Amino acid sequence: MKIRNRGEAEKSGLNMTSMIDVVFLLLIFFVMTFKIVELEGDFSVRMPLAGNESMTTDPTDLPLKLRLQADENGKLTTMALNEINLGTDFDQLRANVVELIGTTAPVEGEDGPEIEIDTDYNLRYEYVIRSITAVSGYKQGNEVVKLIEKIKFAKPRR
Amino acid sequence: MRVKSKKVDLAEGDLTPMIDMVFQLIAFFMVLINFAQTESNDRVKLPSSQLVKPPEVPLEFPIILHVAQDGEIILGGDDYTAETLSVGLRKELAVIKAEGKTVADANVVIRAHKDTSAGDVQEVIRVAQDQKLENFALRVKEDNS
Repeated sequence: MKIRNRGEAEKSGLNMTSMIDVVFLLLIFFVMTFKIVELEGDFSVRMPLAGNESMTTDPTDLPLKLRLQADENGKLTTMALNEINLGTDFDQLRANVVELIGTTAPVEGEDGPEIEIDTDYNLRYEYVIRSITAVSGYKQGNEVVKLIEKIKFAKPRR
Repeated sequence: MRVKSKKVDLAEGDLTPMIDMVFQLIAFFMVLINFAQTESNDRVKLPSSQLVKPPEVPLEFPIILHVAQDGEIILGGDDYTAETLSVGLRKELAVIKAEGKTVADANVVIRAHKDTSAGDVQEVIRVAQDQKLENFALRVKEDNS
Protein backbone atom coordinates (compact mmCIF):
# COMPACT_ATOMS: atom_id res chain seq x y z
CA MET A 1 0.00 0.00 0.00
CA LYS A 2 1.26 3.49 -0.87
CA ILE A 3 1.40 6.02 1.95
CA ARG A 4 1.03 9.65 0.87
CA ASN A 5 3.51 12.19 2.01
CA ARG A 6 1.73 14.48 4.46
CA GLY A 7 4.66 16.85 5.08
CA GLU A 8 3.36 19.65 2.82
CA ALA A 9 0.28 20.33 4.90
CA GLU A 10 2.21 21.32 8.05
CA LYS A 11 4.17 24.23 6.56
CA SER A 12 1.37 26.74 6.77
CA GLY A 13 2.61 28.32 10.10
CA LEU A 14 2.89 32.13 10.40
CA ASN A 15 6.27 33.77 10.16
CA MET A 16 6.86 35.06 13.67
CA THR A 17 10.27 36.68 13.13
CA SER A 18 9.11 40.26 12.54
CA MET A 19 6.66 40.19 15.40
CA ILE A 20 9.30 38.92 17.79
CA ASP A 21 11.66 41.67 16.60
CA VAL A 22 9.11 44.36 17.40
CA VAL A 23 8.14 42.79 20.68
CA PHE A 24 11.76 42.66 21.81
CA LEU A 25 12.23 46.30 20.83
CA LEU A 26 9.22 47.24 22.94
CA LEU A 27 10.53 45.18 25.82
CA ILE A 28 13.94 46.87 25.67
CA PHE A 29 12.28 50.30 25.57
CA PHE A 30 10.23 49.61 28.68
CA VAL A 31 13.14 48.05 30.55
CA MET A 32 15.37 51.04 29.81
CA THR A 33 12.79 53.63 30.83
CA PHE A 34 11.73 51.75 33.94
CA LYS A 35 12.26 53.54 37.21
CA ILE A 36 10.77 52.61 40.52
CA VAL A 37 8.44 55.40 41.58
CA GLU A 38 9.17 56.71 45.03
CA LEU A 39 6.14 58.03 46.81
CA GLU A 40 6.53 61.58 47.98
CA GLY A 41 4.59 63.83 50.30
CA ASP A 42 4.75 67.36 51.65
CA PHE A 43 5.14 69.17 54.93
CA SER A 44 3.15 72.33 54.53
CA VAL A 45 4.69 75.50 55.86
CA ARG A 46 2.73 78.72 55.75
CA MET A 47 5.15 81.57 56.11
CA PRO A 48 4.07 85.04 55.07
CA LEU A 49 6.69 87.76 55.25
CA ALA A 50 7.19 88.75 58.89
CA GLY A 51 6.02 92.33 58.34
CA ASN A 52 2.63 91.25 57.02
CA GLU A 53 1.96 88.83 59.80
CA SER A 54 -0.65 89.93 62.29
CA MET A 55 1.08 90.01 65.61
CA THR A 56 -0.52 87.99 68.34
CA THR A 57 -0.93 89.73 71.64
CA ASP A 58 -1.95 86.74 73.68
CA PRO A 59 1.20 85.45 75.40
CA THR A 60 -0.11 81.88 75.36
CA ASP A 61 0.05 81.98 71.54
CA LEU A 62 3.80 82.44 71.53
CA PRO A 63 5.38 79.77 69.34
CA LEU A 64 7.54 77.04 70.73
CA LYS A 65 11.14 77.58 69.79
CA LEU A 66 13.33 74.78 68.57
CA ARG A 67 17.00 75.60 68.31
CA LEU A 68 19.18 73.25 66.25
CA GLN A 69 22.95 73.48 66.42
CA ALA A 70 25.44 71.86 64.09
CA ASP A 71 29.15 71.17 63.99
CA GLU A 72 31.34 72.29 61.10
CA ASN A 73 30.37 69.20 59.06
CA GLY A 74 26.68 69.97 59.29
CA LYS A 75 26.00 67.23 61.78
CA LEU A 76 23.48 67.89 64.52
CA THR A 77 25.13 68.46 67.90
CA THR A 78 22.36 69.76 70.14
CA MET A 79 18.66 70.52 70.05
CA ALA A 80 16.88 72.77 72.48
CA LEU A 81 13.12 73.15 72.75
CA ASN A 82 12.24 76.32 74.65
CA GLU A 83 15.75 76.25 76.19
CA ILE A 84 15.35 72.61 77.31
CA ASN A 85 18.41 70.79 76.05
CA LEU A 86 17.52 67.52 74.32
CA GLY A 87 20.85 66.41 72.89
CA THR A 88 20.28 64.74 69.54
CA ASP A 89 17.42 62.46 70.52
CA PHE A 90 14.40 63.02 68.29
CA ASP A 91 12.22 60.72 70.42
CA GLN A 92 13.00 62.91 73.40
CA LEU A 93 12.01 65.94 71.32
CA ARG A 94 8.68 64.33 70.46
CA ALA A 95 8.07 63.41 74.10
CA ASN A 96 8.74 67.01 75.14
CA VAL A 97 6.38 68.36 72.47
CA VAL A 98 3.67 65.98 73.68
CA GLU A 99 4.30 67.17 77.23
CA LEU A 100 4.19 70.85 76.27
CA ILE A 101 1.08 70.86 74.12
CA GLY A 102 -0.74 67.99 75.78
CA THR A 103 -2.30 65.06 73.97
CA THR A 104 -5.81 65.04 75.38
CA ALA A 105 -7.30 67.49 72.92
CA PRO A 106 -5.06 68.01 69.92
CA VAL A 107 -6.05 71.21 68.19
CA GLU A 108 -5.89 71.11 64.44
CA GLY A 109 -5.83 73.80 61.82
CA GLU A 110 -5.21 77.49 62.28
CA ASP A 111 -5.66 77.56 66.05
CA GLY A 112 -3.15 74.86 66.82
CA PRO A 113 0.22 75.40 68.45
CA GLU A 114 3.05 76.82 66.41
CA ILE A 115 6.74 76.05 66.38
CA GLU A 116 9.60 78.17 65.15
CA ILE A 117 12.69 76.35 63.99
CA ASP A 118 15.92 78.23 64.43
CA THR A 119 18.75 76.29 62.85
CA ASP A 120 22.43 76.81 62.21
CA TYR A 121 23.11 77.70 58.60
CA ASN A 122 25.23 74.68 57.78
CA LEU A 123 23.06 72.03 59.45
CA ARG A 124 22.16 69.32 56.99
CA TYR A 125 18.57 69.63 55.75
CA GLU A 126 17.90 65.99 56.63
CA TYR A 127 18.09 66.84 60.35
CA VAL A 128 15.59 69.67 59.88
CA ILE A 129 13.15 67.24 58.27
CA ARG A 130 13.73 64.74 61.07
CA SER A 131 12.97 67.39 63.65
CA ILE A 132 9.87 68.51 61.71
CA THR A 133 8.78 64.87 61.62
CA ALA A 134 9.28 64.60 65.39
CA VAL A 135 7.24 67.70 66.17
CA SER A 136 4.51 67.10 63.57
CA GLY A 137 3.25 63.88 65.03
CA TYR A 138 3.86 60.21 65.39
CA LYS A 139 2.56 56.96 64.04
CA GLN A 140 0.29 54.76 66.07
CA GLY A 141 -0.12 51.63 64.01
CA ASN A 142 -1.30 52.94 60.68
CA GLU A 143 -2.81 56.10 62.13
CA VAL A 144 -0.88 59.34 62.27
CA VAL A 145 -1.37 61.32 65.47
CA LYS A 146 -0.82 64.98 64.73
CA LEU A 147 0.95 67.27 67.16
CA ILE A 148 2.04 70.59 65.67
CA GLU A 149 0.92 71.57 62.19
CA LYS A 150 2.07 75.17 62.09
CA ILE A 151 5.77 75.30 61.40
CA LYS A 152 7.87 78.28 60.55
CA PHE A 153 11.54 79.09 60.27
CA ALA A 154 13.46 81.81 62.05
CA LYS A 155 15.70 84.09 60.02
CA PRO A 156 18.69 82.30 58.50
CA ARG A 157 21.86 82.56 60.59
CA ARG A 158 24.85 83.52 58.48
CA MET B 1 12.29 10.77 -13.69
CA ARG B 2 11.19 10.74 -10.18
CA VAL B 3 12.41 13.60 -8.04
CA LYS B 4 12.91 12.80 -4.41
CA SER B 5 11.20 15.21 -2.08
CA LYS B 6 13.83 16.91 0.04
CA LYS B 7 13.08 16.85 3.72
CA VAL B 8 13.71 20.37 4.98
CA ASP B 9 14.84 20.08 8.53
CA LEU B 10 12.22 21.93 10.48
CA ALA B 11 14.08 22.01 13.75
CA GLU B 12 12.22 25.10 15.01
CA GLY B 13 11.57 25.19 18.71
CA ASP B 14 8.12 26.03 20.01
CA LEU B 15 8.08 29.81 20.42
CA THR B 16 4.75 30.04 22.20
CA PRO B 17 5.99 30.06 25.84
CA MET B 18 8.68 32.59 25.05
CA ILE B 19 6.20 34.94 23.39
CA ASP B 20 3.84 34.52 26.33
CA MET B 21 6.57 35.50 28.74
CA VAL B 22 7.71 38.45 26.66
CA PHE B 23 4.17 39.79 26.40
CA GLN B 24 3.77 39.44 30.13
CA LEU B 25 6.98 41.37 30.70
CA ILE B 26 5.84 44.12 28.34
CA ALA B 27 2.50 44.35 30.10
CA PHE B 28 4.31 44.59 33.46
CA PHE B 29 6.59 47.41 32.39
CA MET B 30 3.78 49.25 30.60
CA VAL B 31 1.67 49.29 33.73
CA LEU B 32 4.52 50.51 35.92
CA ILE B 33 5.92 53.12 33.59
CA ASN B 34 5.34 56.63 34.81
CA PHE B 35 5.70 59.36 32.26
CA ALA B 36 4.70 62.08 34.72
CA GLN B 37 8.09 62.25 36.39
CA THR B 38 8.85 65.78 35.31
CA GLU B 39 8.94 66.83 38.95
CA SER B 40 12.00 64.85 39.84
CA ASN B 41 15.59 65.88 39.38
CA ASP B 42 18.63 63.65 39.34
CA ARG B 43 20.66 66.05 41.46
CA VAL B 44 18.20 65.90 44.31
CA LYS B 45 17.97 63.05 46.75
CA LEU B 46 15.10 63.78 49.08
CA PRO B 47 15.17 63.17 52.83
CA SER B 48 12.56 60.74 54.08
CA SER B 49 9.86 60.88 56.72
CA GLN B 50 7.38 58.36 58.05
CA LEU B 51 4.60 60.89 58.47
CA VAL B 52 4.06 62.12 54.95
CA LYS B 53 1.51 60.68 52.58
CA PRO B 54 1.24 61.34 48.86
CA PRO B 55 -1.32 64.13 48.46
CA GLU B 56 -4.76 63.02 47.30
CA VAL B 57 -5.26 66.22 45.34
CA PRO B 58 -2.24 67.74 43.58
CA LEU B 59 -1.24 71.20 44.73
CA GLU B 60 -2.66 74.09 42.77
CA PHE B 61 -0.25 76.32 40.87
CA PRO B 62 2.94 74.66 42.08
CA ILE B 63 6.30 76.33 41.64
CA ILE B 64 8.80 73.52 41.98
CA LEU B 65 12.23 74.49 43.25
CA HIS B 66 14.95 71.85 43.33
CA VAL B 67 17.80 72.63 45.72
CA ALA B 68 20.89 70.61 44.87
CA GLN B 69 23.49 69.55 47.42
CA ASP B 70 25.72 72.53 46.60
CA GLY B 71 22.84 74.94 47.18
CA GLU B 72 22.17 75.59 43.51
CA ILE B 73 18.49 76.06 42.73
CA ILE B 74 16.83 74.57 39.68
CA LEU B 75 13.58 76.08 38.50
CA GLY B 76 12.02 75.02 35.24
CA GLY B 77 15.29 73.57 33.91
CA ASP B 78 17.35 76.72 34.61
CA ASP B 79 19.97 77.03 37.31
CA TYR B 80 19.76 79.88 39.79
CA THR B 81 21.48 80.97 42.98
CA ALA B 82 19.72 82.49 45.98
CA GLU B 83 20.62 85.93 44.57
CA THR B 84 19.23 85.33 41.08
CA LEU B 85 16.23 83.21 42.03
CA SER B 86 13.91 86.20 42.22
CA VAL B 87 14.22 86.61 38.43
CA GLY B 88 12.96 83.08 37.85
CA LEU B 89 10.21 83.44 40.43
CA ARG B 90 8.96 86.63 38.82
CA LYS B 91 8.65 84.76 35.50
CA GLU B 92 6.61 82.01 37.16
CA LEU B 93 4.42 84.53 38.96
CA ALA B 94 3.76 86.36 35.71
CA VAL B 95 2.31 83.12 34.33
CA ILE B 96 0.15 82.63 37.42
CA LYS B 97 -1.10 86.23 37.29
CA ALA B 98 -1.89 85.83 33.59
CA GLU B 99 -4.26 83.04 34.58
CA GLY B 100 -6.14 85.48 36.78
CA LYS B 101 -4.82 84.20 40.10
CA THR B 102 -3.01 86.01 42.88
CA VAL B 103 0.43 85.34 44.33
CA ALA B 104 -1.16 83.87 47.46
CA ASP B 105 -2.68 81.07 45.36
CA ALA B 106 0.73 79.77 44.33
CA ASN B 107 2.40 76.94 46.20
CA VAL B 108 6.18 76.77 46.38
CA VAL B 109 7.28 73.15 46.44
CA ILE B 110 10.82 72.86 47.78
CA ARG B 111 12.60 69.66 46.79
CA ALA B 112 15.89 69.98 48.61
CA HIS B 113 18.71 67.44 48.71
CA LYS B 114 18.98 65.78 52.10
CA ASP B 115 22.61 66.87 52.60
CA THR B 116 22.21 70.48 51.54
CA SER B 117 22.56 73.17 54.19
CA ALA B 118 19.37 74.09 56.00
CA GLY B 119 20.41 77.71 55.56
CA ASP B 120 20.26 77.35 51.77
CA VAL B 121 16.65 76.21 52.07
CA GLN B 122 15.92 79.11 54.40
CA GLU B 123 17.43 81.49 51.84
CA VAL B 124 15.13 80.04 49.17
CA ILE B 125 12.15 80.63 51.44
CA ARG B 126 13.32 84.16 52.19
CA VAL B 127 13.65 85.02 48.48
CA ALA B 128 10.20 83.55 47.80
CA GLN B 129 8.77 85.55 50.72
CA ASP B 130 10.19 88.71 49.18
CA GLN B 131 8.03 87.92 46.15
CA LYS B 132 4.98 87.76 48.48
CA LEU B 133 4.76 84.00 48.26
CA GLU B 134 3.54 82.44 51.46
CA ASN B 135 2.56 78.82 50.90
CA PHE B 136 5.46 76.42 51.03
CA ALA B 137 5.63 72.65 50.86
CA LEU B 138 8.76 70.81 51.90
CA ARG B 139 8.77 67.70 49.81
CA VAL B 140 10.07 64.49 51.33
CA LYS B 141 10.12 60.85 50.44
CA GLU B 142 7.66 58.52 52.10
CA ASP B 143 9.42 56.14 54.46
CA ASN B 144 7.51 52.94 55.08
CA SER B 145 10.18 51.18 57.09
